[in-house]
Amino acid sequence: MLTEATAVNPAVATAPLLQVRGLEAWYGESHVLHGIDFDVAPGEVVTLLGRNGAGKTTTLKSIIGIMAKRKGSVVMAGTETIQLPSRAIARLGVGYVPEERGIYSSLNVEENLMLPPQVKPGGLSVDEIFTLFPNLKERIKSQGTKLSGGEQQMLAIGRILRTGANLLLFDEPTEGLAPVIIDQIGRTIAQLKSRGFTIILVEQNFRFAATVADRHYVVEQGKVIDMIPNAELDNNIDKLHGYLGV
Amino acid sequence: MFELLGIPPQALFGQVLLGLINGSFYAILSLGLAVIFGLLNIINFTHGAQYMMGAFVAWMCLNYLGINYWAALVLSPLVVGATGIVIERFLLKRIAHLDHLYGLLLTFGLALIIQGLFRNQYGSSGLPYQIPPQLTGGQNLGFMFLPNYRGWVVIASLVICLATWFVIEKTKLGAYLRAATENPTLTQAFGINVPLLVTLTYGFGVALAALAGVLAAPIYSVNPNMGADLIIVVFAVVVIGGMGSIMGAIVTGFSLGLIEGLTKVFYPEAAATVIFIIMVLVLLVKPAGLFGRPA
Repeated sequence: MLTEATAVNPAVATAPLLQVRGLEAWYGESHVLHGIDFDVAPGEVVTLLGRNGAGKTTTLKSIIGIMAKRKGSVVMAGTETIQLPSRAIARLGVGYVPEERGIYSSLNVEENLMLPPQVKPGGLSVDEIFTLFPNLKERIKSQGTKLSGGEQQMLAIGRILRTGANLLLFDEPTEGLAPVIIDQIGRTIAQLKSRGFTIILVEQNFRFAATVADRHYVVEQGKVIDMIPNAELDNNIDKLHGYLGV
Repeated sequence: MFELLGIPPQALFGQVLLGLINGSFYAILSLGLAVIFGLLNIINFTHGAQYMMGAFVAWMCLNYLGINYWAALVLSPLVVGATGIVIERFLLKRIAHLDHLYGLLLTFGLALIIQGLFRNQYGSSGLPYQIPPQLTGGQNLGFMFLPNYRGWVVIASLVICLATWFVIEKTKLGAYLRAATENPTLTQAFGINVPLLVTLTYGFGVALAALAGVLAAPIYSVNPNMGADLIIVVFAVVVIGGMGSIMGAIVTGFSLGLIEGLTKVFYPEAAATVIFIIMVLVLLVKPAGLFGRPA
């Protein structure tokens, strides 16, 4: 029985790297998250799926600590972070790629890449990042925001791989990008997973999500309403379409 | 001796030098304002008072403690910069989330208080500060006489401005500063201590003002109003150059000093207003300033 249970839910097999319980968050007076619960095991890739405005982006922002008003519990590798400023959460090994990518226009590509300080040993070397994203090397002295959308996304991902962060938060990395770039980002996520990175992916494009993720959490109106392992996605496709309204 | 456009060269170059001296102070002061505005989003109206404090601390060092000019050049910016850090930690931090206007009112009020305290203690007639013995005398350049101290002020200001530009634009620390200026929330989410950066930046901007004050002490008399008189022009310089641009502040500072000096030669009546006329013209054509980026 026990082995069966762990097979169904890999999060039970090991202590979770990230444990979120009863997470609530507000934009000013507007209550956006109403008690988010989920776990992410070390080395897993999980997605947060849901409609626009469901609270996926806000969940990532709350985990990294840039939501000013939040409560509940977010435990990262055994440390409660709900009261910590974002700079302290980053130093626990959380790397954040925001939806708008956050490339600095007053910094060139190299400065953007080298900006986030090292928080832990074990990050990728700059050469390894250039192997993943050869475009960045060619444009190293360009102003950050002169890059194409795809290159900016690669830079936003590349710069947090250097830092040794082992939990990566990707907010819609494929949004607005050409299919060939989406494929490249998909391959990158697979490579990162094989290197042991833990990834939380917010996605609208669930066809993309299905190619890279272990499990999918469905977020609706500020709550997690379902969890679907990727292996069971086909059996649950109608249910998922209902959730996402597609 | 030759004449240029009917002006004796001694008069012309004399005014050019005077313009460069004024330009040096405009450049250092507007540089400090630009750095502070970039990261703190505060228009630091205390800047003139802090420049005055720099001169006074140098005067106190000499007259109370026997500390000479060269030591004061280092000590005074440190002392005044430290008072800036206290102001940021205890006052500016509390209003950081509010509208610009609150920062403006607070720093303006502080300037009035500081100037009032110094006026109370030292009067407003001004105190003399001797040129350091190493820099007395001057050079005869053939076409003009260059007092050594004035040459030193121009060169020192250029070095200070270019060093500041280098640190901000070309170093890792500068990259942190630029990143925090552009997107403080994200920069903090990378693990960078932005509040500390903000405090140190304010302290640095204030120290720059104090450094200008020490440089000015032997030229102008040390006077509680010396900053209030200068800062109005410096704000015009900042508006012309564009808030938040480092090189813009430096180039505009020196150029406007020169233009002011030349105006004194060719059309003395406009010398006091030329900078403000340029400000109006620039605002009409490029509201963000010559080097500023439109918001």
